[in-house]
Amino acid sequence: MAVDEGLKSELQKQGIFVLPFEQLYNWGRKSSIWPLQFGLACCAIEMIASAASRYDLARFGAEVFRATPRQADLMIVAGTVTKKMAPQVVRLYNQMPEPKYCIAMGACAISGGPFKDGYNVLKGIDRYIPVDVHIPGCPPRPEALIHAIMTLQRKIANQHLEKENRLRWYDKNSETEFLIPSYGEHDLQPPVNRDVWQPPRNYRSVTLDEVKKA
Amino acid sequence: MEGIEKIKEAAALAVPDARIEIVNSTPAAQQPSLLVDREHVHAVAKFFKEDPRFQMDFCSCVTGVDYLPKADKPGFIEVVYHLYSVTQREGPIILKVRTPRELDQCRVPSLTPLWRGCEFQEREAFDLYGVKFDGHPDLRRILMWDEFTDHPMRKDYVPPADYEWEPTPHDETLQRAVQAGGIMPPTAIEELEKAKKK
Repeated sequence: MAVDEGLKSELQKQGIFVLPFEQLYNWGRKSSIWPLQFGLACCAIEMIASAASRYDLARFGAEVFRATPRQADLMIVAGTVTKKMAPQVVRLYNQMPEPKYCIAMGACAISGGPFKDGYNVLKGIDRYIPVDVHIPGCPPRPEALIHAIMTLQRKIANQHLEKENRLRWYDKNSETEFLIPSYGEHDLQPPVNRDVWQPPRNYRSVTLDEVKKA
Repeated sequence: MEGIEKIKEAAALAVPDARIEIVNSTPAAQQPSLLVDREHVHAVAKFFKEDPRFQMDFCSCVTGVDYLPKADKPGFIEVVYHLYSVTQREGPIILKVRTPRELDQCRVPSLTPLWRGCEFQEREAFDLYGVKFDGHPDLRRILMWDEFTDHPMRKDYVPPADYEWEPTPHDETLQRAVQAGGIMPPTAIEELEKAKKK
C-alpha cells in the first residue's frame, strides 16, 4: 500500500491509523484465536497448563477454549491420534467454520511419535487435515505451544484475502470438507488423504536388493 | 494362604473331574499357577470364590498369552486370571486355561458371571487375541473398531504396510519400508551407498 511511512507515523501520533483493510482484518483475527477445547492425551495437560494462570494464553488472545467446533477457529490436536479416533478428529475439523487453523502438538500428533510402528496409531494428523504449525516435543512445554500460537499469528498476519495467493476459503469453488476416513477391516480407508498429504518429493524409494547389497 | 500344592488338592477335592496341573511361570515371577481344563475352569473358579477358606472375591486381571506352534508341539492361547481375596487379604491364585489358536476353536468359558469385573478384560482378550468367551454377556471389541477383523496381539499378526514415508528408517522398519516400496530421505540413501562402498 502506497502510504508514505513518515505521514503514517505522523498520523499515528494524532491517533489516526492508515492501513490496508487486509491488515486490519488479519490483525483482528490473529488477536482473537478461539481454540477448540479437546485433548487426546498427555499433551492436553500441557495445553491446559498453557491456558492457566502461570503461562496465561490470554496474553495472546487465545484463552477462550470453546467446547463446540461451531465457535472455534483453531484446532489444537494435542496428543496421540489413534486410528479409532482419527475420523472423529477430521469430522470436528470439518464442523469448524472457516477461516480455521490447525496446530499439531507433540510428537504423536505430528508423526505418530513413539507409537509410530504400532497398528493402532495414525502417523500424524497431517495425513487427513492440513496442519499450519507442527510442534515437536513429548510433550512440548507450554512455552512451545505459546511459540506455536505466535507463529500462527505471524502466519495469519501475512495472509491474503484476494488475488491468486488467497486462502482456500476465499475461493468459491474450493472444497470445504475434508475426507473422513472410514473403518476398514485392517486399517483406515483410505490410509492417507492424498489431496492433503504427499510424501516429500526429493525422496526416492529403495529396493530390497540395494539394502541386501549394503 | 497355603502352598500351591494344598490349593490344588482342595480344588481337586471340590471338583473331582477337573484336570488341574501346577505350572511354573517364568522364574522371575516366582508364582506357580494352576492350569485347569476348559470344561471345569468355571467350577474351579466358583469353588475359589465361594469356599470360606479362599473367598477369592476379586479378579484383578484377565489376559491372553499367545504361544506359537513349535516343531513338536501345537500352538495354543492361554488365558490367565489373577484372583485375590480382599476379605482375607490373600492372593493371588493364578488360573490358566489353554485353547487352540485356530479362530473357530479358540473359546473358553467366561468368568464374568462370577466376577463382573472380568467383563471389560475378557472383551479386551477377545479383541486382541480372538478368544471367544462362552457365557459373556456382551462380547464385542473394546479397543479396536467393530469392523476390524484382525487380532493384533497375536504373534503372527501382520500390521498394515503403511511405510510410504520413513524419515529415519532402521532395522526392522527399514526392511518393512523397503518391502512396502517406501520412500526414504536422502540421508538414508547416502548411508546405504556408503555401506555399499565399504
